[in-house]
Amino acid sequence: MKKSNRLVQSLSQVALLAGALLLALLVGAILIAIAGANPLVAYKSMFLGPFSGKFGMTESLVKATPLLLVGLGVVTSFRSGILNIGGEGQMVMGAIAGAAVALAFPKWPAVILLPLTLIVSVLAGAVWGGFAGWLKAKLGVNEILSTVMLNSIALQLCLYLIRGPMIDPEEIAYGTGTPQTAQLPRQIWMARLVKGTRFHWGFFLAVALAFVVFIFLWRTTIGYRMRAAGEGPDAARAAGINVEKYQILAMAMAGGFAGLAGMVEVLGVHRRVLEGLSAGYGFSGIVVALFGRLHPIGAIPAAILFGMLTLGADMMQRAVAIPAAIVMAIQGLVVLFVVGSDIFVRHPEIWRRWFRKKDPDTLGRLEADSAGNRN
Amino acid sequence: MQGIVISDVIIGILATGVRLLAPFLFASLGEMFCQRSGVFNLGVEGIMMMGAFVGFFVTLRLGNPYLGVVMAILAGIVLGLLMALISVTMQAPQGISGIGLHMFCWGLSGLLFRVYVGFITSIDGFKPLPIPGLADIPVLGPILFQHNWMVYLSILFVPISWFVLFKTNWGLKVRAVGVAPQAADTLGVNVNAVRYQCLMLGGALAGLAGAFLTVGQANMYADNITAGRGFIAVALVYFGRWNPVGILLGSLLFSMMNSLQLWIQVLGINFPYEFAVILPYVVTIAALAVAVKNVWAPTALGKPFRRESI
Repeated sequence: MKKSNRLVQSLSQVALLAGALLLALLVGAILIAIAGANPLVAYKSMFLGPFSGKFGMTESLVKATPLLLVGLGVVTSFRSGILNIGGEGQMVMGAIAGAAVALAFPKWPAVILLPLTLIVSVLAGAVWGGFAGWLKAKLGVNEILSTVMLNSIALQLCLYLIRGPMIDPEEIAYGTGTPQTAQLPRQIWMARLVKGTRFHWGFFLAVALAFVVFIFLWRTTIGYRMRAAGEGPDAARAAGINVEKYQILAMAMAGGFAGLAGMVEVLGVHRRVLEGLSAGYGFSGIVVALFGRLHPIGAIPAAILFGMLTLGADMMQRAVAIPAAIVMAIQGLVVLFVVGSDIFVRHPEIWRRWFRKKDPDTLGRLEADSAGNRN
Repeated sequence: MQGIVISDVIIGILATGVRLLAPFLFASLGEMFCQRSGVFNLGVEGIMMMGAFVGFFVTLRLGNPYLGVVMAILAGIVLGLLMALISVTMQAPQGISGIGLHMFCWGLSGLLFRVYVGFITSIDGFKPLPIPGLADIPVLGPILFQHNWMVYLSILFVPISWFVLFKTNWGLKVRAVGVAPQAADTLGVNVNAVRYQCLMLGGALAGLAGAFLTVGQANMYADNITAGRGFIAVALVYFGRWNPVGILLGSLLFSMMNSLQLWIQVLGINFPYEFAVILPYVVTIAALAVAVKNVWAPTALGKPFRRESI
């Protein structure tokens, strides 16, 4: 009895997610039509593109990697009752800090330099995220606003560094002046696993970390306390949990994951820090977390799905000249519809009310209740 | 000689600061009504982006900036309705739905700009409208009385919204709904209707704020023209303690800083451009840190309303 209830519940949740995505794609089709293209043709290249051959399949996973890493951080923070909108800035801070270390010690062997670079990027992101958590805990600053501001600060700071002190010496030598750092030492590049593609082992690192986050949040005391702080801060406080401390920790972890995402993107894909590195992943990571039902394991398929959508949008841009910006609009709609449809999970009785012909009067409500009891 | 130049620069900074007040004031005053009614609308930045694009596009195609402003306001109202549908009717957590709205508008304005315009081009926006007599006063004239009509309107909105919020029946309803929705409901106030009205008003003003950026200030459109002003506007509501006068003071602080940053670039002072851009964001965080702790806020802010009896 109980088990089938849970099955029905999770099935209805999947149905709601699918409904939210479909609705968003439907509105997206209208936008494509407004933009002057045939939605069917556009969607065909968007959905079939990622399945076309070796490149499409692997590139989807390349895009899914930062999405999953940022998403894991968002899951951790949302579960702890604090909203991390700062993925963009934390990614950039992680990437630039890690790159600075790697460029400072170009001769070091990979065994030392690679872990060091990754750790520095995690720490830089954690400081950037943890600062917002500290502002919230100590000074009551709304974390959404502070992380948004920290995004802009980090982007400008990174631009300053890659235009000035950290610019590739060759860009100056040839006078081109593209804002980007030099290539990072070759020995720490993340190896590409399929020839002729950009698929690197960062994806497997991200998937492994998803399981680590799951174990951490559901099987350790600290994780339990973080979730308790998120579910009911007052109850958690009454139980002696230092809610503020765990929220700072949650933001630091969220920032750490985003910082790692930035570094993995550098080591696996670009090999250097360049402008537009974060590419909206900080926001898309929120979509992945929500679509994964705020569960680290659920975030894996969600990241792959939105990785495919992101790649598909690029391919659509080439096929029918619809700007890839549309994928951000569709993701925004997905967020709106997912959080909107959540009401059916929290208050399932609304379904019943909607499918009844008349407004519920007291009698109707009693009938519905007794019908519910018979089930 | 030197003295004259410096005083000109100071007048220039102050005048630009007053001109840049408009987007902050429009957006913050609109957001103030939303938050007073208990809804935290983070979508302001996105609505401003759409307002900026629509105002620009209508002016570009039809040559009438007034029509551009009207269409931007309409777009803002529609987006405010969308936010209301998700956050009020569907009772979604408002921080996340606001970010969703922001992402939607961000993608949509980028899409429409690329498809229908595609390149940077300038439009004929509003010309300054010097107020006869007052505009000729030395020092004060150029600072206060030589702007376009939207700037005057935005400053006029401060006393108007103070009056509406504190002296009218509707304003009382807004405040009641934001502090004690259950009690207001018991007294026959339609809580969700009031919140819908506030979100539509907030959307309209955010659209207007966006339109000012393209039609009243830059006379062109570029990606990310709002540059976080919508988020700063939300922060200003906290900083101004949900009060039009406080919001005016906060907006002044930020518009003056924006102006200073622009003048630093114009004068070619040797100061990294990026740090000048960072300044307003740093001050926003500092202002929030100083202003927010232990201050009264609408008690129902961020809490969707749901009748117990259903």
